[in-house]
This record gives sequence, C-alpha cells and structure tokens, in this order.
Amino acid sequence: MGVMVSQGDPRLAVIGRRLARVARVVPVMSSKGGVGKTLLSCLLALALSERGARVGLLDLDVTNPTAHVVLGADLSKFPEEDRGVVPPLIGGVKFMSVAYYSGENPLPLRGWEIDNVVREVLAVTIWGDLDFLVIDTPPGIGDEVLDVLSYFPKHEPLVVATPSPLTVASVRRLLKLLTEAVKGELIRVVENMARDDSDIIADLAKKFHVGFLGKVRFDEGVDRAVGDIDALRRSRMYKDVSMIAEKLL
Amino acid sequence: MGAARVVHEWALAEAIADYVFKSAPSAKRVRVTVRLGELQAVDEGILKFALREIMKSEGIACEVVLKREDCVLKCRRCGHEWLLKEVEFGEEVREAIHFVPEVVHSYLKCPKCGSRDFEVIKGRGVWVEEVSWE
Repeated sequence: MGVMVSQGDPRLAVIGRRLARVARVVPVMSSKGGVGKTLLSCLLALALSERGARVGLLDLDVTNPTAHVVLGADLSKFPEEDRGVVPPLIGGVKFMSVAYYSGENPLPLRGWEIDNVVREVLAVTIWGDLDFLVIDTPPGIGDEVLDVLSYFPKHEPLVVATPSPLTVASVRRLLKLLTEAVKGELIRVVENMARDDSDIIADLAKKFHVGFLGKVRFDEGVDRAVGDIDALRRSRMYKDVSMIAEKLL
Repeated sequence: MGAARVVHEWALAEAIADYVFKSAPSAKRVRVTVRLGELQAVDEGILKFALREIMKSEGIACEVVLKREDCVLKCRRCGHEWLLKEVEFGEEVREAIHFVPEVVHSYLKCPKCGSRDFEVIKGRGVWVEEVSWE
C-alpha cells in the first residue's frame, strides 16, 4: 500500500485535459489599460468564427469582465451543464466569463483569489473541439497574465499596443517578459487605434523579433455598435480585425 | 440569473480522478480523502458517485472519504470573523457561488463594517487531502 500524504489541488490536474482539444490559444494581452483589448478580443473571435474556425472566447479579466457587454451576452441564466460548464454559443463563438456568476456586481479579489477563479474556470469549462481559444486578459502583468503563462501549455500571445509613448514604454516590459517565456515567432503585435502612418509599433515588434500583424484604425463609431454583433460586424474596426484574423489562420 | 439546478460535480470528480491517476499511475485499488469546503456546497452524493464511476471505467476500485469543512470568513479591514452558516443566500446566489466560490465577494459584505475585502480562511472548495493505493 503506497501512501501519498501531500495535499493537492485537483483542479490543476484536469486543466490539461480540458484544453486537450484546443488547437491554438491566443491570449490578447497588453500591460497598458485602455488600448482596446476587450473589443479586439471579441472582434477577433467573431472574425475567426466567420471564417469557419471553431472558436472559444474566455474573458479572463476576472475582477472587471466586460466582454459580455461587447457581445451582448445574456447573463440572466447560468451556462448549461454537461459534466462541466458548457460555454454558451454567441455569434458562433463559445463564450465563457465569470460574469455569468458575478453578474454586474463588483468582484473585488486579492491575488490568490484571482488565481483560484482562473483554476476553477479552467477546470470546469468544457470547450470541446476548438481551432482557437481567444483569451481577453486585464491590463498589467499580474495574476491573470501569469496564470495564462503557467496553465496554458502552448499559447500565441497577441500583444495590443497603441502608438502612444506611454503604451510603448509599458508594452516594452510585457514583450521583454513574453520573449523570455515564449518563442518569438509565436508572439505577435497589433497596433490598435491607429491614426496615422507611424511605424512606432511595427518598429517595436521588429526590435523584439516578434511578428507584426498590422494596424487597426481608430474607429470612432465602434462604441455605438457594442452589444450588437451584427452592428459590430459592419464596423470599420471589424474589417481591420478581420485582416488580422486572416493572418492568424 | 436563472434558478435551474445545475451541477458540475462531474467535472470536479474528473479533476480528483486525474489527480489520483497522476499520483498513483498503476494502482488498481485507491483510497482518496477529499476535503469539501462548505462555501462551494458540492453535492457529496453526486461527487462520490461520479468519482467511483470514473475510477470504475479505468478498472480501479476506489474508496472515497469526504470530509466537510465549515466555511470561516475574516474581514481584512476590521478583522471580524464570522461563519458562512450565519449568512442567508437566495438559491441563485448559492448556485453562482457553487460554480465559482470567489463570487461570494459579489454578494456578501462584512457584517460588522460592510467591507467586501474579506477572505475565506477555511472551507472554500475541493481539496485532496490524501491518496493511498496498492
């Protein structure tokens, strides 16, 4: 009789199984806030799905989830359960968020609690077969970002930057971290809210030897489309994000 | 949020099973002791059934020992400690907490000072205490 007396978190043991049929994981990241990660994540998921890919979208901004607002997701009922939580299909995308459970209430959490939420969600969500799992992450280089690097065995970070000196200074730190952990060819940068022909973000990508997928032009009308997937698909931002999606396929 | 009774004990049972498989890869008989925190309100009967079924499908005889742990909360602002048993939740809130225990912060405040900045010091969720095998 063998005995193992060390205690353990069983959730960590099952995360690999939950992600086993997910071909590609694309965490959308930026250490700077307000650069459009959530909108870009949602539009990217929709654009990939429109091109025939099987796509999941995970809102990992645990304390401040808003992807459901972009997609107009119905929070009035819990996701269905079938030996785990089955993410509802919204606009052709399997969408999972802690907002299904926290609603629109505040969810103030300390670091270890955020890690617990990430473990719980990854352990019980049944994604099934996916070509892409797009992950919306919060700003900063905190728990959720570190959890993505730890719990997803393979991932292809998509770093979002705007052509602002503050963003560049911030994203440079993130790229330094990512290039230490992930092969450069799997890291890609997108310039969001582009207003001119500046090469500042393309040059940043070049400096770190990571991919540059292009510019998403500033779209002053896209906020009016939030919550309406058809309107989002008609937006100028969606057209630009679709070109990014084409390059990812 | 809807009030439909939805359970995800099977997913948690799979997690425990995978933990056991990794701990004792060639075992044919195992005994697993699992601590269940009151906050997550896991259904013991469903969890036990699911775990045994999963083990059986792998040809493993499994004895499951479940230990309940009361949930104790402590305010980080004023230091007040209280028991989950002293709190009344509606069915929908209980269901939400069942899926993601940390959302308790969305529905509960310290009864003494009103802060949501409290911690669950005991009795959160599912934890493997011991695996033994032969």
